[in-house]
Amino acid sequence: MAGILPENPVYRQLLGLCPVLAVTNSLKPALTMAAATAFVLICANIMVSLLRHLLKPHLRILVFTLTIATFVTVADKLLAAFLYDMSKELGPYVPLIIVNCLIISRCEACSSKEPLWPSIVDALGQGVGFTLALGSLAFVRELLGMGSLLGFQVLPSSFPTWGILVLPPGAFLTLGVLLGTVNWWSARKS
Amino acid sequence: MDSIISMVLIFIGAALINNFVLHYFVGICPFFGVSRKVDMAFGMGCAVTFVISIASTLSWILTYFFLRPEAAFINNVFHALGGPADIMIDLSVLSYIAYIFVIASSVQFVEMYVKKFFPALHQSFGIFLPLITTNCAILFACLEIMKNLQNPEKLWGFHEALALALGGGIGFTIAIVIMGGLREELELCEVPKALKGPGIALIVAGILAMAFMGFTGVDRGVADAISMIRN
Repeated sequence: MAGILPENPVYRQLLGLCPVLAVTNSLKPALTMAAATAFVLICANIMVSLLRHLLKPHLRILVFTLTIATFVTVADKLLAAFLYDMSKELGPYVPLIIVNCLIISRCEACSSKEPLWPSIVDALGQGVGFTLALGSLAFVRELLGMGSLLGFQVLPSSFPTWGILVLPPGAFLTLGVLLGTVNWWSARKS
Repeated sequence: MDSIISMVLIFIGAALINNFVLHYFVGICPFFGVSRKVDMAFGMGCAVTFVISIASTLSWILTYFFLRPEAAFINNVFHALGGPADIMIDLSVLSYIAYIFVIASSVQFVEMYVKKFFPALHQSFGIFLPLITTNCAILFACLEIMKNLQNPEKLWGFHEALALALGGGIGFTIAIVIMGGLREELELCEVPKALKGPGIALIVAGILAMAFMGFTGVDRGVADAISMIRN
C-alpha cells in the first residue's frame, strides 16, 4: 500500500503525467479519469500476475501492452455506454491510458513477480495514490480557476477567478507548485 | 477545402498552435526525461518525428481499409467470401489493440533497419528508439487520424494524416529543444530547494506553454496568404 503517499505515482515517481496535466481542469473529469485508470491498473495487474509463469522475457512488454490495450477498450466502451458526456469530454485521453507509464511500470516491477493478492493490493494502493494526485490538482485548478467544485459555485462571485489555471499552461504551473509544496512539507517533517 | 490549404492548416495547428506537448500534454515523459542537454533533446525529437510518420502512415492504411465503421474494402472482401449481404462489419472495437501493435512493431523494425544500414544514425538516436514505444505522442497521432476517419463528413486523405504526423513530430522537436536549452541555463541558477529538478522544469514549461498560446490564429492568416498568392 506504499503507493498512496510515500511512493505516490505522481508526486514521488513522476509517472503517468499526461492525464494528470490534461484532464484536471475540473474535478469531475479528473475523478472519472482516475477511476478508469485504476480499473485498468487493477485488471491488468490481476491478468499479468496470473500469467507470470508463462511470460517470456523478450516478449513481456508486448504482452503487458496488449493486456492493457484490451482492458482500456473495455473501459472506453463502458464509459461511452454509461457516462457518455464524460467519455466525450475525455476524448483521446481514455485510449491514451494504454501508454500510461504507471501501469506498465507496475506490471513490470510488481505483478510479473508477485502472486495474485500482493499485486491486487499494490494496484489498489497505486490507484488510490493516482486518484489523490489527480483530485488534488483538479481541486486547486477548479477552485481558483472557476470558483466552483464539481460544477457547484463555491467561492463568492466577486472572487476574481484565475482564468489561466484552467488553460493548458495552468496545468504545468499548478503541478510545479504542488510538487514543490509536497517536497517542502516532507523535507520539513523529517 | 483546397487540399494544400487544409494540409498547411493541419501542419501549423499540430506544430505550433495546438503543440502536442504544450497543449495536449502528450509525450510529457521524454519532454522532461531527455531534455537535460540540447543535442540529446534534438536526437529524441528526430527519433519521434521519424517513428510518428511511419506509425501514422501504417495506421491510416489500417484505419481506412479495415478499422472504420463503413470501410468499403473489408466489407467487399467479407461479401465476396460469402458473408450475408445485409451485415456490415465494424472492426473499430479492435483499433486500440491494432494501433499499439503497429507502433510496437514499427519501432522494432525501424530500430533493426537503422542499426543495419545507418550505424552512425543508430549511434546518435538509437538509444531512444525503444523508449518511443510507450510515447503517448505517437498513439495520440494515430487516434486523431482515427477520429477524423470515423467522421464521414470530413474524411481525411492520406496527405492530411501525413501533415498531422509531420507537424506533430516537428512541434515536439521544437518544444523539447527549447526546453533542453532552458534547462542547460537552469543548471546555473539558484532555485529554491523544494523546487529543484522537476518542480522548476514544470513551471518553466508552463511559461513556455503561455508563450505558445500566442500562436493562436496564425493558421488562418497563413491560409489567407496562400489563397491570395494563388489568385
